[in-house]
Amino acid sequence: MITLGFVYVLAGLTFALFAALGVADRSNPKRFGNAAFWGLLALSMLGGDWLGDLGNGLLVLALVAIAGTGQIGRAPSDEVPAEIQAERAERHGPFLLLVALIIPAVALAGTFLFKWVPGLADPKQATLISLALGVLIALAVGMARLEPPLLLPAQQGRRLLDAVGWAAILPQMLASLGAVFALAGVGEVVGDLIGAAIPHGSLFGAVLAYGLGMAFFTMVMGNAFAAFPVMLAAIGMPLLIMQYEGDPAVVAAIGMLAGFCGTLMTPMAANFNLVPAALLELKNPYGVIKAQIGTALPLLAVNIVFIWLFAF
Amino acid sequence: MLVLIGILIIIAGFLLRFNPLLVIMASALATGLAAGLDIAAIIAAFGKAFNDTRYVSIVWIVLPVIGLLEAYGLQQHARTLVGRMKGATLGRLLTSYLLLRQAMAAVGLTSVAGHPQTVRPLVAPMAEAAAEAKNDALTDDQREEVKAFSAATDNVGLFFGEDIFLAIGSILLMKGLLEGYGYVIEPLHFSLWAIPTAIAAFLIHGLRLRRLEKRMMKPEASA
Repeated sequence: MITLGFVYVLAGLTFALFAALGVADRSNPKRFGNAAFWGLLALSMLGGDWLGDLGNGLLVLALVAIAGTGQIGRAPSDEVPAEIQAERAERHGPFLLLVALIIPAVALAGTFLFKWVPGLADPKQATLISLALGVLIALAVGMARLEPPLLLPAQQGRRLLDAVGWAAILPQMLASLGAVFALAGVGEVVGDLIGAAIPHGSLFGAVLAYGLGMAFFTMVMGNAFAAFPVMLAAIGMPLLIMQYEGDPAVVAAIGMLAGFCGTLMTPMAANFNLVPAALLELKNPYGVIKAQIGTALPLLAVNIVFIWLFAF
Repeated sequence: MLVLIGILIIIAGFLLRFNPLLVIMASALATGLAAGLDIAAIIAAFGKAFNDTRYVSIVWIVLPVIGLLEAYGLQQHARTLVGRMKGATLGRLLTSYLLLRQAMAAVGLTSVAGHPQTVRPLVAPMAEAAAEAKNDALTDDQREEVKAFSAATDNVGLFFGEDIFLAIGSILLMKGLLEGYGYVIEPLHFSLWAIPTAIAAFLIHGLRLRRLEKRMMKPEASA
């Protein structure tokens, strides 16, 4: 049976290859920093389960030290010149599109297949495993037809990842910070503070505090999942559901979506907001957040009104 | 109260634009110390969480395929395609993607599309080409805004589609928490109550995409 372990090995080998190619790239003045960073990430993917908790923690400290002291850089762009790309696009265009669509198509088909036919792959991780299989199939099909130099995909993939830089592990770091916050009981303290600050005797005031609190605390934590238990315990359960007898399904479901509006507005949700800005090579790292605020704020207001209308 | 110092460090660190990885580590250490943990225990807890969440970073395995296809001109081809489609305006293109992303997420297919898989190689170049078709003097700032909106559209579509799906993590979290308080609720109820917001998100963001298209049609005001 295929498990997530297979995907980690694949990811580990990919990062190891990026590290090896990176150390050989003399045009990058920071090649050793880059190679060490991707090399450590390869080690984490391949051997994380054998390093022990403290070992993994020290690995993270090393990653932070490399990135924090500015040891990560990128070579002057060795992107294929636009004329050559355009000329190749004339010849291969429709085929390229087909290969690009293999990844989502396999991810889609595999998700269903692995759920219906048990025993092939871990059904809980069906989409991630299918995504990895889609990558392998797309790569094989592309290599067979285009016949590029053997290392071209790895070199171009490394170029793209170097453009993202240390931001590539930012989402994983924030998820880990959430675990430390949980251990230290940060959520309970914030919940007590907010619970003490809301006005008494006003239903709409309580709904407003709940919706705004979900959005704000999600912005701080970067994740509505972390904010939800806190706000439910502080306002949702004692006031909206028990005192004012609101419908718990509405309070929970739309409250969570109010939190998602917060996700659109915070750099803490790095994988949605900062990583795409790096990946699209935007000049402003907060460009994506800027584009989202105009949707997030009115939608937050709508969610607060929806809770007020539908729950009571 | 003292454990809130980690949140302050995060906010200050992001505002002062320190390297975010350093800020996160400092916040974790300060929070752990404030809660009375010793340094080794904090580092171990962080390491365990880092190892448990490796799946977050595996999306980068798509980059060699994207790199190969881009070297052979995928972005150019995506642009050419938009040029051939007569009715493909910027607003219609991104609104269609918004609807598609919401619909896919609503049936649980969240990882099928995304920033590395679809936005960078296809959606952003297509949106740029659609904007160019109406305005041949697109400025760099306008290009940047079109790309930012491509990424934003992916996020809005994902966030306000996924909660319609029954077996998504957030619904299981809500169900589990409410059961802890003695309320047993079928996942279907949470799903249904996600629909009004999904419609509102489509209308609000769709309207903003129309206005984006209008803004991109004329040269940027000199202000």
